[in-house]
Amino acid sequence: MTELSKTGAAVGEPSTASPAPSAFLEVRDLKVHFPTDDGLVKSVDGLSFQLEKGKTLGIVGESGSGKSVTSLGIMGLHTAGQYGKRKAQISGEIWLDGTELLSADPDHVRKLRGREMAMIFQDPLSALHPYYTIGAQIVEAYRIHHKVDKKTARRRAIEMLDRVGIPQPDKRVDSYPHEFSGGMRQRAMIAMSLVNNPELLIADEPTTALDVTVQAQILDLIRDLQKEFGSAVIIITHDLGVVAELADDILVMYGGRCVERGPADKVFYEPRHPYTWGLLGSMPRLDREQQDRLIPVKGSPPSLINVPSGCAFNPRCPYADVPKDNVTRTVRPELTEVGSQHWAACHMSQEQRERIWTEEIAPKL
Amino acid sequence: MLAYLIRRLFAAAVMLVVIILVVFSIFFLVPKWAGVDIALSFVGKQADPAAVEGVREKLGLAEPIYSQVWEFFKGIFAGRTYSGGGDVTHCAAPCFGYSFKSEQAVWPVLTDRFPVTLGLALGAAVLWLVFGVAAGVLSALKRGSLWDRGAMVVALSGVSLPIYFTGLLASAIFVFGLKWFDGRYVPLSDSFSGWFGSMILPWVTLAFLYAAMYARITRATMMEILGEDYIRTARAKGLKEQVVIGKHAMRSTMTPILTMLGMDLGALIGGAILTETTFSLPGLGQAVLNAIKNQDLPIILGVTLITSLAVLIANLVVDVLYAVIDPRVRLA
Repeated sequence: MTELSKTGAAVGEPSTASPAPSAFLEVRDLKVHFPTDDGLVKSVDGLSFQLEKGKTLGIVGESGSGKSVTSLGIMGLHTAGQYGKRKAQISGEIWLDGTELLSADPDHVRKLRGREMAMIFQDPLSALHPYYTIGAQIVEAYRIHHKVDKKTARRRAIEMLDRVGIPQPDKRVDSYPHEFSGGMRQRAMIAMSLVNNPELLIADEPTTALDVTVQAQILDLIRDLQKEFGSAVIIITHDLGVVAELADDILVMYGGRCVERGPADKVFYEPRHPYTWGLLGSMPRLDREQQDRLIPVKGSPPSLINVPSGCAFNPRCPYADVPKDNVTRTVRPELTEVGSQHWAACHMSQEQRERIWTEEIAPKL
Repeated sequence: MLAYLIRRLFAAAVMLVVIILVVFSIFFLVPKWAGVDIALSFVGKQADPAAVEGVREKLGLAEPIYSQVWEFFKGIFAGRTYSGGGDVTHCAAPCFGYSFKSEQAVWPVLTDRFPVTLGLALGAAVLWLVFGVAAGVLSALKRGSLWDRGAMVVALSGVSLPIYFTGLLASAIFVFGLKWFDGRYVPLSDSFSGWFGSMILPWVTLAFLYAAMYARITRATMMEILGEDYIRTARAKGLKEQVVIGKHAMRSTMTPILTMLGMDLGALIGGAILTETTFSLPGLGQAVLNAIKNQDLPIILGVTLITSLAVLIANLVVDVLYAVIDPRVRLA
């Protein structure tokens, strides 16, 4: 079903040797740390995953879990345009189509941005330059990577606007972002990201700033375009509903690390991490009548400066007191295979988790 | 865009009329209510009553207020005729009256001195824009560096040192010490190079003060803009950093700088009193300073109106540039 299993053993473990992987995108032990006055913020602390072309990976987690930092890290946007002395500390490996990005020449990575990998941002109003027309911004994106004259680029921009469903694209191409509605702006943003046929598209909460009615349209659009262009898509969200619709695989992040990862249906129907249970419990669902109340995940996200030793979720975990065999609490649980291509990082034994899920959690959802 | 321009022009015209009325009221009506006799200050302290009466009649000071306002207003656009005390004087439009002291018409005095001030303000503006903005951008990009700290210390001193200190210091060094300049003003009509040479010190001194402010504003604005989402988008497109800064960030940074420039230029054109006095430039500022000392109302009034007009025009230009830069403004 997915190609994840090819080098599945490497998941969650720091890789020492670094041969070019077979996967289209492979992230190995990515760490993104930011020095601040209060200490080192470990926004992403050892993340590994793979993604093939034509597949969609959903990265899920609450605010501050490191989702966006991961995506900006892949794009190389932590190092580009960093001014001042406090620079992000990034380590690990990011392989895109046989090229390792973190050790590559920054100008080479810049040339890949927009052409090989593109990004859609959360709030299209602030992500588009207010002083330039939509057309000018798309034309610019195209002409960075294609040596064509403005007329050709403009035709291409109109074509893209038409493709993403903007009515009268030949007129709207000269509109400014503030003259578009929120949904239209996000469509324009998508048109701009896809103008160079990138093979990797990262959508960072693409529907969060939009009306609920428009959200589904945008998600449909992303799915259709992915089929058409055959690109790999990473969709970042805190909304499980979004990934349920789009993702082939789901990666659940907590405190800068992956706590559960697997095929979408496995993560939805046989989740093996208490945090994933919490996310599912806090998701409103119309198809279950008996559920009259959402079950929130109690507590707040962990400090990324003083990450709790052992399991980062421990302070909020309702099953922290479940007796566990052969476990040192101060040791961080590593990802272990809990099913076919399905990993979770929890100190409880697999049997315990299976029992809790089927007996206590699943009936309540 | 055209509609925006027309609206702005119309608003400026209305503003101008209001300014003329308000300024006239302040200078001619307020003294009247305060019991100060303008005719007396025209003639002088030991005047005989008949002369005072003549002046009062000639200047129309005994007329009802509305007709005084009207006469003044008409004078500016159509000229006016003063008659009384036995003689008749025609003052061609634009008529701002006659100096109480020299009895010269005010308008030629203004036109005489205006180019000096305009040259000073524009020349300095070019300098401070180039250096201030460049220093600000560099500081923003190298924040925390030695350059940034150094530039901001210089900027702070620039903001806090008054013109009459830096100006006198510059004069002491370059005019009296090194004798690079002779410290005399050469009119532009006499010789361009002479004028240019005589303006270098005033330009640099004035620009130093403003460049300091502009550097600080530019630095702060640029740092804020660099954190904007659309700058990240520009990078995500694969743009070179030079283009990200020079095109995307710079265009947004220009907005507050333009606002400041409009107000500063307007105010300076109305008279850079300190600079002109320090460097003995025969500009509007010096004229108004002398006029204030001599209670020469018509000159003060004339300069005030020119100042207002300059601020008005400068702001009009800024408004138009604003609309060119920021499309959202065109709707407002």
